[in-house]
Amino acid sequence: MFRFRGGIHPPASKELTQGKRIEDAPVPEVLAVPMVQHLGGPAKPRVSKGDEVKKGQLVGEASGFVSANVHAPVSGKVAGIEERPLYQGIEAPCVVIEKDGREEWADGANVERDTSSLSPKEIVEAVFDAGVVGMGGAAFPTHVKLTVPDDARIDTVILNGAECEPYQTCDHRLMVESPGTIIEGLLLAMRAVGAESGAVGIEANKPDAVKAMSDAASSFGNVTVLSLPVRYPQGSEKQLIKALVGREVPPGKLPLHVGVVVQNVGTANAICEAAAWKRPLIERVVTVTGDGVSRPGNYLTRMGESATELLEHAGIRAGVRKLIAGGPMMGIAQRTAEFPMAKGVTSLLALMDAKPSDWQACIRCGRCVEVCPMGLMPCDLSILIESRDYDGAEESNLQDCFECGCCTYVCPARRPVVQMVKLAKAELAKAKKRKQSAKTG
Amino acid sequence: MEQFLVETSPHIRATQDVRRVMWTVVVALIPAGVAAGVFFGYWAIRLVAVCVITSVATEAVIQILRRKALTVDDGSAVVTGILMAYVLPPNSSILVGTVGSFIAIAIGKQAFGGLGHNIWNPALVGRAFVQMAYASKVSLSEWPVLNEITHFSADVRGVDAVSRASALAVDFTKGTYSVADLFLGKVPGCIGETSALALLIGGAALILLRIVNWRMPLSYIGTVFALTWVLPSPYTGWFGGMPFYHIFAGGLMLGAFYMATDMVTTPVTGKGIVIFGIGAGVLTTVIRYYGGYPEGVCYAILLMNTATPLIDRYTGPRVFGAKK
Repeated sequence: MFRFRGGIHPPASKELTQGKRIEDAPVPEVLAVPMVQHLGGPAKPRVSKGDEVKKGQLVGEASGFVSANVHAPVSGKVAGIEERPLYQGIEAPCVVIEKDGREEWADGANVERDTSSLSPKEIVEAVFDAGVVGMGGAAFPTHVKLTVPDDARIDTVILNGAECEPYQTCDHRLMVESPGTIIEGLLLAMRAVGAESGAVGIEANKPDAVKAMSDAASSFGNVTVLSLPVRYPQGSEKQLIKALVGREVPPGKLPLHVGVVVQNVGTANAICEAAAWKRPLIERVVTVTGDGVSRPGNYLTRMGESATELLEHAGIRAGVRKLIAGGPMMGIAQRTAEFPMAKGVTSLLALMDAKPSDWQACIRCGRCVEVCPMGLMPCDLSILIESRDYDGAEESNLQDCFECGCCTYVCPARRPVVQMVKLAKAELAKAKKRKQSAKTG
Repeated sequence: MEQFLVETSPHIRATQDVRRVMWTVVVALIPAGVAAGVFFGYWAIRLVAVCVITSVATEAVIQILRRKALTVDDGSAVVTGILMAYVLPPNSSILVGTVGSFIAIAIGKQAFGGLGHNIWNPALVGRAFVQMAYASKVSLSEWPVLNEITHFSADVRGVDAVSRASALAVDFTKGTYSVADLFLGKVPGCIGETSALALLIGGAALILLRIVNWRMPLSYIGTVFALTWVLPSPYTGWFGGMPFYHIFAGGLMLGAFYMATDMVTTPVTGKGIVIFGIGAGVLTTVIRYYGGYPEGVCYAILLMNTATPLIDRYTGPRVFGAKK
């Protein structure tokens, strides 16, 4: 095993939900299914008001290669297509469905089939059809990752079961409760990309998951399950690759440049369901947790369910100060709970105590440099960005930052380094666009 | 509709902030203050109080005049005040303490924009200023110490005191001061610097609390240890030095644990810190052995402070995945 540099040890706070079995969340009367649940082009609505839909029926069609299909999570009637605010901070069309309660599957969906004869192409097609995206939070379309360019060769598929974000236990529970499906998904992904071996990385604070996954993988000689040291961000793609196979993805390159494809364990589960049962991705495990809910747990939730209803089911308390979609290190703070659940929402974290923090000048303690897993100097980046020197920040490797938040977590001056980095990246993208349009126009 | 607080990630933070760092340093400096009281009497403690009050008042007045947020409660001016007093001789007048502290904060810190923006260690800027302005009062040939019967109420300026040459101004081979006395602090010197023991207690605590990077004292003191042993001095030949004498004498312990470790004015990476420590060790030894002053810690650290931006520039970590 290989060690990556930097990292932090925030309180895990997983004891709230790590022992709680995955439980079905009640399906609400009305669901608003977003057309943007993934990175890339928005899906195009393929139904209109008044249409009857079946569970698993295509309601939004991928608008290109880097896009993903969206399916009806229930059977019922389309009440309309409305613009709704989403957890990502954007507004996008949502197909609003009133359920009929019959839970009738669409034709051809939820049909078991033998996967042993599926070709790589057929696997990728099944994944595309089912609208599978990265379930670790990034929601990048999975079929894109499984499509290997002609000039690349993949030897290893890595499954990410690190779940290094504090509070989150959705992957943990899935590994304990459905290890067989996950391993089958891994084998299908390996076949799809032509990889000989598979490796699963799990942080050592989940011994039951390590055991369940090892048992499930024991009959496959080319799959190894490894227990990794507990250190955030162990589950970051580049750091995980380094830990498991000792390779470093060069700046600006993708894992496939070092012969690796990384999938989250939840994604592997979805790949298996897509290929073996023709089940589209219409539900996921969501950890609902924090001191702001009285019944924290891991809930199997349909896409399009309103976060308000899920939080009410988990017993949200009065006086919650902060609501986060995702984990506390990289999740997105929400102004309200009025947003639909989506494929990329790993958890809802409700916190009773949150106050806006004042920040001050950098005292150059160097802690951010020590913890940065990418070998950057966040102190210098923040000072450059503070003086609006975005080009200077780019020269100081701004684009290598993946916003894990380690620097900001440790900063004694409470500097919002991640916020500054996001701002600088947005400003640079804007400037680039301006330059391009000036050239062409 | 219920509205929640919106902030950019991360949504959790470590507990140690600037205020806690600074006040922890203040606490870690207390053992050396106790030693100062024991060896130099109540006048030394009074000088500490004068310097702390002047530092805090100077910072407050400047922040009010500049219409900036008042941050004197963050403890950084208190640290500067204590360090300013610790590098003054025990019989320094209130005037010297006041002027030194004022310069430390006004010129050494606030003129650059306050905490985080200064280039040099503020207390050492104050010290360097009084060294010039009050040369005869600060650079003494004879340093006062209390009589053999020490008692806290004694006044080092009066009849309770005797004058002796400082440990770095005498031929160290003659055994005027024993290494044990240097370690405990029963020797003439600036009020906060003489007791290596007291400074090591506070310094060890700061290392354990990860406020001081252990690389700095190790590389700095280690370099002085090696060089004072190897290099020929005015009193000894090659490999004839007394390294233990030199690391416990003068201001090295105070400088290596509390001044060369000032976060603002020293490098940010481990590699940079080691370069700083070795550089400061070389300069300290060269000044002590071959320079015009018996002690070189103050100027060694100030010179290395000056080099810090350059060191930071060339000691950044390797970017993940990039070839070095």
